[in-house]
Amino acid sequence: MSEFLAMGGYAVYVWSAYGITLVVITLNVWLAQRRYHQARRAVSRPDGRVAPVRQPTVRRLT
Amino acid sequence: MGTISWRWFHLLASPPYVFRLAGQLGPWLAAATVVTLAAGTYGGLVLAPPDYLQGDGFRIIYVHVPSAYIGLMAYVLMASAAACGFIWRIKLAHAVAVSAAPVGASFTFLALVTGAVWGKPMWGTYWQWADARLVSELVLLFLYLGYMLLRAAFDDRDKGDRISAILAAVGVVNVPIIHFSVEWWSTLHQGPTISRLDAPAITMDMLAPLLIMIAGFTLCFAWLVLRRLQAEILEREARTRWVEQLVTQGAV
Repeated sequence: MSEFLAMGGYAVYVWSAYGITLVVITLNVWLAQRRYHQARRAVSRPDGRVAPVRQPTVRRLT
Repeated sequence: MGTISWRWFHLLASPPYVFRLAGQLGPWLAAATVVTLAAGTYGGLVLAPPDYLQGDGFRIIYVHVPSAYIGLMAYVLMASAAACGFIWRIKLAHAVAVSAAPVGASFTFLALVTGAVWGKPMWGTYWQWADARLVSELVLLFLYLGYMLLRAAFDDRDKGDRISAILAAVGVVNVPIIHFSVEWWSTLHQGPTISRLDAPAITMDMLAPLLIMIAGFTLCFAWLVLRRLQAEILEREARTRWVEQLVTQGAV
């Protein structure tokens, strides 16, 4: 096990490369989820009612 | 036959359809990503034999090459989507470009960092300004950042989409430069390992984990882009009837 962790003397380089990869992927997942939930909150109002839909303005010609 | 493919084309330009499709694919992609990345990491760190020159240091390849591949592939996807949006005025295409940009940028950053960490023990330096592969990869990161900053500079979303699409499309010239840089100007960075036409310069027990990792990174990228695309679609379609229906049904 300690031989595996030592990575033939390259431990610092190999583990930091895999560590930063884990960090970047985890951050990506977290940010994408946050982005999705923000958009969801934006379209559904907190009271659970439908967000107001902008009606087309109709102007009478008379 | 022709009608079927046109039908597909129209469906893929339809925001409600793509939103639903992304939602259905999501869990499968997430599960496949976890399994594939776990298998690839185990293969790369444990099963693959040490390199005859670089010993265990070469194992960085299993995170470096896939992230560099995603960085490039995502740029091509982003630029083609942005160009389609610009030419045919398809808003969904711009949404795809916008969703791919931050993910592609982060993997390009990862390729640069893992490359630096690999370069230190093998070349004796983290960075070399004279190496064309390194510098063109850094330019790729700046193209992503430029695209995102330029787009964000406009209050009008449509205008931001269109202007930044031009930057994205022009930046595509950097992609072949990155790819061929190791052949045109060979300095520090080694030549291609698996994309050579004759035969890969790597044995099967080393190659298999690499291919699995590339597949895993691609699945992960697909999941991330679809998740961001769902958010982008919801925001862009916030005032439409189908989103309103999703909200009343409690489906979002």
